[in-house]
Amino acid sequence: MAKRTPLYDAHVADNAKLVDFAGWDMPIDYGSQIAEHKAVRESAGMFDVSHMAVVDITGSESRVFLRRVLANDVVKINEDGRALYTCMLNTRGGVIDDLIVYHLAGELYRIVVNAATTEKDLAWLHSQGRDFEVQIQHRQDLAIIAVQGPRGRDLGASVLDDELGAAAMQLKPFRVASQGDRSVGRTGYTGEDGFELVLPADEAVSAWKTLRDIGVAPVGLGARDTLRLEAGLNLYGQDMDEDRTPLESGLGWTVAFKPADREFVGREALEYIREQGVAEKLVGLVLEGRGVMRSHAAVRAADSDADEKQAKGEVTSGSYAPSLSRSIGLARVPAEWEERVEVCLRGKWLPARIVAYPFVRNGKSRIDD
Amino acid sequence: MSEIPKDLSYTKTHEWIDYDGDGTCTVGITDYAQSSLGDLVFVELPETGTKVGAGDAVAVVESVKAASDIYAPLDGEIAEINEQLEDSPELVNEDPFGEGWLFKINVSDPDAVENLLDADTYEGIVEDEED
Repeated sequence: MAKRTPLYDAHVADNAKLVDFAGWDMPIDYGSQIAEHKAVRESAGMFDVSHMAVVDITGSESRVFLRRVLANDVVKINEDGRALYTCMLNTRGGVIDDLIVYHLAGELYRIVVNAATTEKDLAWLHSQGRDFEVQIQHRQDLAIIAVQGPRGRDLGASVLDDELGAAAMQLKPFRVASQGDRSVGRTGYTGEDGFELVLPADEAVSAWKTLRDIGVAPVGLGARDTLRLEAGLNLYGQDMDEDRTPLESGLGWTVAFKPADREFVGREALEYIREQGVAEKLVGLVLEGRGVMRSHAAVRAADSDADEKQAKGEVTSGSYAPSLSRSIGLARVPAEWEERVEVCLRGKWLPARIVAYPFVRNGKSRIDD
Repeated sequence: MSEIPKDLSYTKTHEWIDYDGDGTCTVGITDYAQSSLGDLVFVELPETGTKVGAGDAVAVVESVKAASDIYAPLDGEIAEINEQLEDSPELVNEDPFGEGWLFKINVSDPDAVENLLDADTYEGIVEDEED
C-alpha cells in the first residue's frame, strides 16, 4: 500500500485527486491546477511536501563530512541559520540528488531530499559517512508544509508561536530559524517568496487546518510542477540524473570548485569535463504559437530536416505555463545551439525559441513576447 | 461520481452525442473525460465542411497534463464548430454538456445513432476505468 503523509486525511476532506508519487498517495490537484497555480502567484498557497525526507546530520565532523559529500561548499553557511542549494554527486560527477542543506546551529545540519531518491540517498550518506564522526538521522516524525506566494510569509508565520514566528519574519532569503525540532526556512520551489515549515506531525496537521481557515489555498503536485518550471528550477529525474553532471544541467553555479583543495565527491570527473567542454547544455524553451511541449519531445535545429529519431535535442520538462498562457520547457541540446529550434509535438515540428530562464520571478514574466 | 445525462448517447472514447432527430448531432466530451484531463488550455477543432468518418481523430483537446484526440462518433460532415473554445477552452471543464460542446456533424446515416452507447452502458465503462 502507498505511504501516506500526516496530512492525508486533510487532502481527502478537501476532495483532492490523489495519485501515486514515488510510493506516496499525494494530491495532484484539489479541483483546478490552474487556479492553484494562480493562488501561489497572486496570494498564498500551501503544499504538503512531507513525502520528501528530512535528514538531520550532526556530530563533531558533520561539517567536514558535508564538505566531502556535497558539491556546493557548506563553508558558505558556516554561520548558524543559513541555507544552501546543492547537488550530491557520485564519483562520475552524476547527480545522485539535489537538495537544500540548512545549518540549524553548531554541529547540526538539516537536509531535505527528494522522495523518490530517499532510500538511495540515505544509503549513500551512510556509506560515505563511515569514516567520519557523524550521526545521520532520517526524521520520519517530522512533516513539511511549504507556504508560498506574496502573502506566504505573513500567513505562514501566523501558525508559529510568537518566538519562532518573530524570528521567521526577520529571515532574509535562504536563511533558516529553528526551535527544537521545528525549522522555518525562507526557501521554496515556486519562484515566489515564502517559507518551508518543518514541524512535528501533529503540529503540521493543526497548522494546515489553521492556514486553510485564514485563506491559504491547498496546492497539489500538478501546480507545484508548473510553478517550479516557470521559476526555471530543475526537477530531479527529469532535468538531471545520475548520468548527467550539474555542468550539463544548468547547475554549474552550484558547484564550488574553490577552494581548490576541497576534495568533494565527483570533483575529479567534473574538472575533467570542464576542461574538455560540455557537449550538451540545458536551455529554456518558449513555444511559438499553440500547443504544449511535453517531456521527451524531440528538438532539432531550426534549419534541420532531422526526423524524431535523428533529432539531437530533447525536452526534459515541458508544460503549459499558466502565468504566461503559453508552453515553456527545459531542454537538453547541443552546446552550440542558440536562438531558434523546432520541437516535435504529436508528429508536427513547431518553432520554439531558446531563452534565458527563469521564465517567471515573483509573479512577473521575464520573457519577451 | 461524474455526471452522465440519461438523454445523451456516448462512445467508449468518452464523447457524448446529442442527436436532434433531424440529421444533425452535437458532440462534446463527457464530465468524466474533462475531469480526468484536468484544466484544458487548448482546443483544436476541424474546419466546417470537413468530411469525417466514424472513429477518425478530428479534434484535439489539450490540458496542462496531456493532449487527447477526439474521435468523430459518426460518418458525416462538420456543420459547425464551437468558436468560443479558441479563447475559452475552460468552458469544456466548466460546462462539458452545455457551453463546452465541441462541434456539430450533419450525419450521413441517421440510423447509425442507434449503434451508440446509452447512458447506462457508458456508466459501466466509466466505473471499470475508475477501478
